[in-house]
Amino acid sequence: MMHLVSGLANAEGPMEQFKVLPIIPLTLGDIDISFTNSALWMTIGVTAISIFFFAATRRGALVPGRLQSMAEIIHEFVADLVRDTIGSDGRKFFPYVFTLFLFILVANLFGLLPSVPGAPEKFHTFTPTSHIIVTLALAFTTITIVIVYGIAKHGFGFLKLFWPSGLPWYMYSVIPIIEFISFCSRPLSLGIRLFANMLAGHLILKLFAGFIISLLSAGGAVMILSLAPFLGSVAIFLLELLIAALQAYVFAILTCIYLSDAAHAGDH
Amino acid sequence: MDAEAAKLIGAGLASIPLAGAGVGLGLIFGNFLSGAFRNPSAAAANQQTMLLGFALTEFTGLLGFVIAMIILYAF
Repeated sequence: MMHLVSGLANAEGPMEQFKVLPIIPLTLGDIDISFTNSALWMTIGVTAISIFFFAATRRGALVPGRLQSMAEIIHEFVADLVRDTIGSDGRKFFPYVFTLFLFILVANLFGLLPSVPGAPEKFHTFTPTSHIIVTLALAFTTITIVIVYGIAKHGFGFLKLFWPSGLPWYMYSVIPIIEFISFCSRPLSLGIRLFANMLAGHLILKLFAGFIISLLSAGGAVMILSLAPFLGSVAIFLLELLIAALQAYVFAILTCIYLSDAAHAGDH
Repeated sequence: MDAEAAKLIGAGLASIPLAGAGVGLGLIFGNFLSGAFRNPSAAAANQQTMLLGFALTEFTGLLGFVIAMIILYAF
């Protein structure tokens, strides 16, 4: 059993799971546009979600079976979220929030899947949202939609977002600046929140797994101590399942709140 | 003091904000629980707000972790 343990322990450490490795190297002049493991897992996520929903809605029965029930529960969850936050204007944003929620949920959960033992490193499971470029791209897309919708709907009345009514006159020298800074921090906080949660969580998971391996390979009576990081691993894994779902939900609900701010900017 | 030692000290100091995150999380869940004990039938309706508050508070603490990572690996 000792050679089995030491044979598996050839990872370089917990940060190795975040490496982006090319699977199909491609270049466009100087730019590297290879199909990487990050792109692979994002593609797997989108394909899995699409297959699930195509299969679930194929029969379209009035009394849903199990698969269709699951699809309807997810649909109702996001639809209620959008309707309760934005109101009746929210229906046009439902496809975007739905896609965002499911994409982030599935991308977060991929890092918790075990890799096939012995697979080459570029086919190990990978969390696309554990890279800040991915989460910042999602966050900036959201804020761009918010700004474009706000300006299209209200014109320059969109700037009333930074001018809350009903304040004493001297506050208006400070409050718009503070409101503007807090608005500019929204895309950054959206992106960094998801990134930091995924990075920290998956790092801790691999760290505990590494402790189990190093305690087991120490040999002798110390091996019984590896029970502690093992139980810790199980607990952290359950926490990570919760955090994956929660962060997807928080991203979706904050998107809805920012969209409702833009939709109701004239009411400030 | 050379840069490597300063980086390690900086990363250690940057994880102090996690104490604030711990206090905040305790406050959120404690208040939720005391509300749930007083009014058990309303507890389920408040769960979504509690989870939202948990995520936002956790994020503020994780910013300390992010700064520690930046100090260790980006300089």
